[in-house]
This record gives sequence, C-alpha cells and structure tokens, in this order.
Amino acid sequence: MSNSIITGIVATFDRDNIDTDQIIPTEYLKSIKKFGFGDFLFDGWRYLDEGRLDMTADDRSKNNDFILNKEPYTNAKILLTRDNFGCGSSREHAVWALRDFGFKSVIASSFGDIFYNNCFKNSVLPIKLSKEQINHLFEVSNFAPVSFEIDLLKKELKYKDDSSYMFDVKDSLLDRIINNLDDVDMTLKHKKHIQAFEQKRRNQRPWLFDYSN
Amino acid sequence: MPATLYDKLWDEHLVQTEDTNESLIYIDRHYLHEVTSPQAFEGLRHKNLRPWRLDANVATPDHNVPTDRGDAFNAELIKDQVAKIQVVELDKNCNNFGIHQFDITSNKQGIVHVMGPELGYTLPGMTIVCGDSHTSTHGAFGCLAMGIGTSEVEHVLATQCLKITKLRNMQINFNGSLQKGVTSKDIVLHLIKLIGTAGGTGHAIEFSGSYIKSASMESRMTICNMAIEAGAKVGLVEVDATTLDYVKKHSNLSDSIFSQACEYWETLKSDSDANFDQTINIDVSKIKPQVTWGTSPEMTIDFDAEIPSQEDVDESNHENLLLAKAYMGLDGSKSLQDLSFDKIFIGSCTNSRIEDLRDAASAIEGKKISKDITEAIVVPGSGMVKAQAEDEGLDKIFIEAGFLWRDPGCSMCLGMNPDQLKPYERCASTSNRNFEGRQGNLGRTHLMSPLMAALTAINGRITDPS
Ligand code: SF4
Repeated sequence: MSNSIITGIVATFDRDNIDTDQIIPTEYLKSIKKFGFGDFLFDGWRYLDEGRLDMTADDRSKNNDFILNKEPYTNAKILLTRDNFGCGSSREHAVWALRDFGFKSVIASSFGDIFYNNCFKNSVLPIKLSKEQINHLFEVSNFAPVSFEIDLLKKELKYKDDSSYMFDVKDSLLDRIINNLDDVDMTLKHKKHIQAFEQKRRNQRPWLFDYSN
Repeated sequence: MPATLYDKLWDEHLVQTEDTNESLIYIDRHYLHEVTSPQAFEGLRHKNLRPWRLDANVATPDHNVPTDRGDAFNAELIKDQVAKIQVVELDKNCNNFGIHQFDITSNKQGIVHVMGPELGYTLPGMTIVCGDSHTSTHGAFGCLAMGIGTSEVEHVLATQCLKITKLRNMQINFNGSLQKGVTSKDIVLHLIKLIGTAGGTGHAIEFSGSYIKSASMESRMTICNMAIEAGAKVGLVEVDATTLDYVKKHSNLSDSIFSQACEYWETLKSDSDANFDQTINIDVSKIKPQVTWGTSPEMTIDFDAEIPSQEDVDESNHENLLLAKAYMGLDGSKSLQDLSFDKIFIGSCTNSRIEDLRDAASAIEGKKISKDITEAIVVPGSGMVKAQAEDEGLDKIFIEAGFLWRDPGCSMCLGMNPDQLKPYERCASTSNRNFEGRQGNLGRTHLMSPLMAALTAINGRITDPS
C-alpha cells in the first residue's frame, strides 16, 4: 500500500510549546491498548468536564469554542502550529491520539525530538518549516477553513492552487510512511551483524552481561 | 580526530550505519515500567518474537502505583481499576517473557531512574533506554541514555538495537561554586530559563566545568534528568573519581571485573580539543534559587524577582505569557512571594534521592508546616532511599513537621495515581514539569529545589533560603 498524498482540512493551534501532556493527559496513559485514543486528544481544552478512560466523546461536555469541536475541523487531517510541538514526555500515546483523531500531518517550526521520531512509527508526517513560512500559513488559514495537499514523494506542501512550500525530511523516515514499513522487520534482516557485534562486546566488556543485584 | 564523550559512546555502540543516515546502535540496558511497555509486549506477541537478550532488561512499576501502600501490599489491592490493570499486566509480561522485575511488593522497587543507578544496573559507558523521557538522568554516569517511544521499546526488546540518527554536540560549562541555599535543581532551572525548552533540541548536552566536577552523583543526576526539559534527549557528564566511587559502592561487581572495567571507564571523557557545535559558559556563583511561575519549565525566575509582564517579553510571546498567567492564577501578583500555597510535593526522579531528602529535612528540623498547607508529602524515590532515610531518622523529622511519609513511586509528579492536585490548588513541587494539568486537572505547579519546597511548607510561601 502506498500513502504518498495527504490532503485535508487544516486545524490551527496558535501556540508555542504544546507538550505531550496537553496532547493527551496522563489519565489516558493507563490504557494497555495501542488504539482508541482519538476521543482524548487535547482533552483539557476539548472538554469542560474531567474524563476517564472508559468514556467516549459522546459522554462528555464539550467546549464548543475549541477548534476541533467546530465544523469542519472535526474532520481535520492536518494540524498547523508554532514552535516546539510535542515537547515533554516520551509518550507515544500523543501520536496515537493524533492518528486516531484522523490527523495525518502536523506542521510546525520545530518539534520535540522524541515526539518527532514517534510520528514516523505511526504514519503521521511531521513537517518542519521556517517561522516565516509558518506565519504565512497561519495568515492563509486563519479566516476560513482551508485544505492543504501534501505530496510525500515530491516533499511539497501545496497550500493554495498555485502556491507551495518544499519541506525537508529524511528519506528513510518518509519511506516508513509511504510504504508502511515495520522497523523491527527491517532491523532483524541484520540479525547476524547484531549477533557478531554482541559477541565481541561480551568478550571486551564482560561486566555488561549477566549482572543482577 | 578529537572526539566528544558523546561521539565516543556513539562509536562504541555503532553496529552499522545505513546509507540512509540512520544507524543501528546497540543497547546495553533497557529499563521498563508499566505505562509505556504493554503495547510493546503486545507487539512482540503479535510477531511471535521473544526478547533478544533478557539480562539487558530490568522492570519496575512506578508511574501509577499508590504511595500509601504500607506493608503487605500487592497489585491486587490497587483501588484504581485501570491502574491495577497496568501493574498486573507488567507482572504478567515480565513473567511470561522472563524479564527481571522489582515488582510492587519488592523492597527495592522505585522510580526506575532512581532505582537503576543505586542497584548498579546503570554502569558508565552504557547505552541506556527506557520508554520515558527522563532516561537522560543516567547520562550522569557517562552513559548514552535517552527516552524512547513505545514502538522503540518493542524494537529494543526484539532486536537489542535502536535505529537513530546522531545528535549534535553541545557543551554547558558550569563554573564557580554555589551560593548558600542554591542547589543543582536551581542550576538546571536557570539553564532552561536561559536557553529555553527547545534550546537543546537535536543535541546531546555535556555538562562540565568546575561546579560539575565538584558535584555529587545525585546532583549530576538532577541536572541530566532535566536536560530533556531543555529540549535535549541526552545529557552527559564525564566519568571521574566521583562516578567510580559511586559505582563501586552501588554495584556488586567483583574486584577484578571492576578494575578491568575502570580501565575503560576512565577513558570516558571528551578530548580536550574536541569540537562542540555549541558551547555555553555559565558562572554558577551568580545564580539565585529558582522557581517557575508559569506552565513551561522555561518560565523560571529568581525566587525574589518580579513575575514577567508583557513589557518584559517580545511580542510573539505575549499570548503564551497571558495564557500561562491566567492558568496559574497570577492576576495582580507581582512576585512569587505574594502567593500562598496549598500543597507541597517532595519527590520525583529529579529530586527524591537521599541528598534531596537530607536537604529538605535540614530546613524543617524542629519546625511545623504552615496552617495554610493542606497537604505536604515526601515520596522517597525508591525502597533503598526510603530505608536509608529511615536509618538516618529523616522520616521522623518530616513526620514531626507535619509531612506525610510515603512509599516510593512517581506520585504527584504526574496525575496518574491517587496523589493529585485538585483544580486551582497551588503546589510547591520538586518535580520537573509544570505543564497545565500535569499534577492533576487545573492544578498549579511551581517547580523548585527540595530546600525551597521544604521552606515553602514551613512558611506557606516562597522564602529566602539564605
Ligand atoms: S517521577 Fe515524574 S518525570 Fe520521573 S519518571 Fe516518574 S512521572 Fe516521569
């Protein structure tokens, strides 16, 4: 399966430093599943009441001023925000929540390192642009709902019919999204290599093995 | 080619570099806890895989365990059903796959980043990962240690490797000696104020300078712990006599293995002419006790400084400032000393080690907590810290002052277990994150050192520690 084009409504969050505790509060980290986090995305801003893991969006009292509770943003596929998005904890649940809500891409001027990495494992494309470009995209999307089109093969973000930005992302990371690659499978192709490395290490640094206290 | 400590650790663990810029790095130690591991084990089952190397893994539950457990507690007694499922699931996964766990009944259980080093599972020169961003803590031992996501937890379990790209090198020199009442926590908060929460993004930060050389392992851990709050996945300190002393005391390696290891460990420092992409020099003797006023660790000021107003920040930051002030309920307050506090939390992987508890106890000995404080809790980071503190009689000092003396866990660092703030409660906390809702829905967190938190307990307000 190939996922080389992302299109959809853009939701805007005009804020720096949105951390993973905002993206999904700790309460929902108690799940032992890998799916089903969409209803808890941005929980503290999206709802007026306090939620629990066993509740769904329908059980909750919604904050109608919050962008993701307004049409057409309930269907947003692309998130536009500012600086240092996804800083804070390593919880992959933050990406799972974005993914389960329906987001395919997040555009920001910078990202928390761990969050950035986690995105590619879950087919969410983080796009880094300059602050000026981000400013411009906010101008384009602030007044009325807009859609962007992202071409992963060309690394191009089309924000109007005739205007686009090129973005930079490592091919190997992009590949995982385009071709749905699994890291474990890919690494296990090098099994022999890893075994040899480990054996050498066992001889050279014996204190690292079979320790218990 | 001259190399930094980070470069050396990288080269030592490099299994192979692919043409794609990503490298396979061998992982020596993998810590696991109940929150970020269940989905990884599920992934292993799904693929019909076993862990690559069992003895590299060590697990313990910490995030959502209750801290008023007392003796004879077990996982089945956790009242919160959802939390119980995770703790029981960790038991099950560790049993099924044969992973060594200090479970909730063990007297060594603790916050994984406190427990690991004191049991000798963290050794210099290791690569260490955990599904937890504060894994950077272990960099204090000259380790390449970093937090990873759950997909990577699965990857490390299955392959003993991590697929990553190399970071850039940053050096922070902390020179000078500390003023009275100033601790490692103040130093790292000051740094985050200076370079911002994204200041270290994409970098491994090596901490050095005369202050670091003189600092204890506990203080070095506090600083490396919060490297992530400065945006850096990795924090590092070179190996020296202080490191080796600690390791000698805390590990049970035989003398011959230990001295063989020392030969290698002593090489774990940056070459004197190594090249850093960025170097920052900070004179620590000028630093005052630091306290956060807002909802990001960079929103930090000297304890006696004015809370910033719009004029103090550039225009692009006005919105952030207003949102943070509104959330923190600071309308009208000019200084942190105007605020009255409701709760005190001494604990977390940043500040729950024995040195932290001694510091806090020294400030409250013979005193009582303020009437304004509704709850003050001390949560030792591990079973070992707890036992040591009790040996030294610190528990009595806390209890006599009116503190609750708890069992080890993450506790009020994050709102995942029964220790939480209620809406609008203001907390003096020794943890590492003051994000909105971090300690409980609508709770208000002020980060500070254990000493400042203890003084705040006594006075109900931020006080001059000198
Ligand atoms: S104490 Fe806090 S920061 Fe540390 S591991 Fe636990 S939850 Fe994370």
